[in-house]
Amino acid sequence: MKMGGSSWDWRGWKFMLPFALVFVFVFIVPIIYAIWISFYQTRMIGGTVFVGLANYVRLIQDAQFWSSVRRVALFTIVQVPIMLFLSAAMALALDSMKLHGSRFFRISTFLPYAVPAVVSTLIWGFVYGAKYGLVGSINDFFGTSLDVLAPSVLLAAIGNIVTWEFTGYNMLIFYSSLSTIPHSLYEAASIDGASEWQIVRRIKLPELRGSLAITVIFSIIGSFQLFNEPSILQNMVPGNAVTTYYTPNMYAYNLSFSGNQSNYAAALAIVMAIITMGIAYAVQLRSMREQMK
Amino acid sequence: MRGVERQSRINEKNRARRTSQDERAERRRASKSGFSNPANPRRSMLLTLICGLFVIYCLFPFLYLLVNSTKTQGDFTSTFGLGFGHEFALWDNLKTVFTYQDGIFGRWLINTLLYVVVGAGGATLLAIMGGYALAKFRFPGRKAVFVVVIGAISVPGIALAVPQFLLFAKLGLTNTPWAMIIPSLISPFGLYLMWIFSDQAVPTELLEAARVDGAGEFRTFWQVSLPLLAPGIVTTSLFTIVATWNNYFLPLIMLKDSSWYPLTIGLNQWKDQASTAGGQAIQNLVVTGSLVTIIPLVIAFLLLQRYWQSGLAAGAVKE
Repeated sequence: MKMGGSSWDWRGWKFMLPFALVFVFVFIVPIIYAIWISFYQTRMIGGTVFVGLANYVRLIQDAQFWSSVRRVALFTIVQVPIMLFLSAAMALALDSMKLHGSRFFRISTFLPYAVPAVVSTLIWGFVYGAKYGLVGSINDFFGTSLDVLAPSVLLAAIGNIVTWEFTGYNMLIFYSSLSTIPHSLYEAASIDGASEWQIVRRIKLPELRGSLAITVIFSIIGSFQLFNEPSILQNMVPGNAVTTYYTPNMYAYNLSFSGNQSNYAAALAIVMAIITMGIAYAVQLRSMREQMK
Repeated sequence: MRGVERQSRINEKNRARRTSQDERAERRRASKSGFSNPANPRRSMLLTLICGLFVIYCLFPFLYLLVNSTKTQGDFTSTFGLGFGHEFALWDNLKTVFTYQDGIFGRWLINTLLYVVVGAGGATLLAIMGGYALAKFRFPGRKAVFVVVIGAISVPGIALAVPQFLLFAKLGLTNTPWAMIIPSLISPFGLYLMWIFSDQAVPTELLEAARVDGAGEFRTFWQVSLPLLAPGIVTTSLFTIVATWNNYFLPLIMLKDSSWYPLTIGLNQWKDQASTAGGQAIQNLVVTGSLVTIIPLVIAFLLLQRYWQSGLAAGAVKE
């Protein structure tokens, strides 16, 4: 429905309003509230006082905060490309129709997405366990002393859990965007003598670009918010390998719920929001804008 | 001699006909399923084997869960991780899961169902209406809605959760089901999906025709648009159901009273019991409870497969 330039069409709001109202209540108001409280500090003496940017100044000098940011940045740089490469490869394999039993492949690679983070971390935690887990059994059998929960490789172990959880989900997004390519295009291409590989390179990969933007932005946001897997693993890992400031989200959680520092946690959350949004927008806003003609 | 030649020619022709018949049937099937490349339908054993490795990776944790839910606590810690224990304790474990601590697991299951029906159901409804509005009306503030919603997706969960918690605490909503339900009502991804889907599935001319016939906007929506949106609705509800059923972070901060816990928080509490002072390890119950937790979703995925895949395909991102 294109209306003339001057006359506005308000009918859409009848449908948009319910979403908008709840959205304002659970997203907008809390965000404004977070910005508000980030300028205050609760002190032993004097109660809650306005401190301006003091929380932010403290955050910039907080080594624990920056170590958590570095950790999730490293995690993002390594895990996201691996996961998206696997997803795209699997989607192309399924779409090529060269697989025996492709229905089985489609559903079984997507199935991990149905598993709650708690359950998948529990399972992998048990598998990783050196005492009673699968790794422990392997160690007993071969006389090795593998320990995938050692601090040096713990992040990779978490990366494996996240990859397991979300590869199928991303695969499905790629796959469904491949399935919108009209078949006549393939037929025309093969009549013109294009090889399977040329079809992949010239037709399929360009088609994937749109969904790649979506999956990249969701994956970056997801990695920067890493919380469930490390915090559920915390008690399964020997020693203090998972610190209270292992990821920015864990740090903020521990500050506000066991440290009673909600104001500082709010400042942290806002800085993280700005970092994540900055990266996400830089990576892909352009492609989403094109849809908004 | 000539008879034999003729016979072999006929055989050859029959074979060619059968082959081309098979090929045509295959292509028809392929194009009906909507997910294929009929240009070259030859199967490859090598590719199947390579992808098979990945499928093993995807499925082996499920196998682990199945195998280990048949073990007693003693066998769980002492026997091989992917092998069976000395006794088959699946039924005992299931019984204990539902009776342990006065059957609190059943309570958690009912809570989860409540959060899913009201939260995910409401989220789907709001997403359908909002997505429809974004796709089919040019209303003032439309672009702002888009930018704000997409921006909101990238706000870290915790940036929201801490002030959400403080706000809900002020309103007396924490530690009640509302603390779980209200935030679950918003699914930015669901809105996005329904928007893309409405854009493609509902022809604007059809809406114009209904309006010309004098139907109100809501009547047009219910009677004309909603049926066309069905595959998109199945897809969106699948994603909102998964998000609510699997939510861990929100209930972790909002709920203190274990009688309001969903399954995820309850299971994690059982897991942590082993590491608390004087706590008894009940990993067999944790594993069996996990199995019970994922079964409904796995069944929903399998049953609704055809619908959500076609819905996602139609809503797939195009240039």
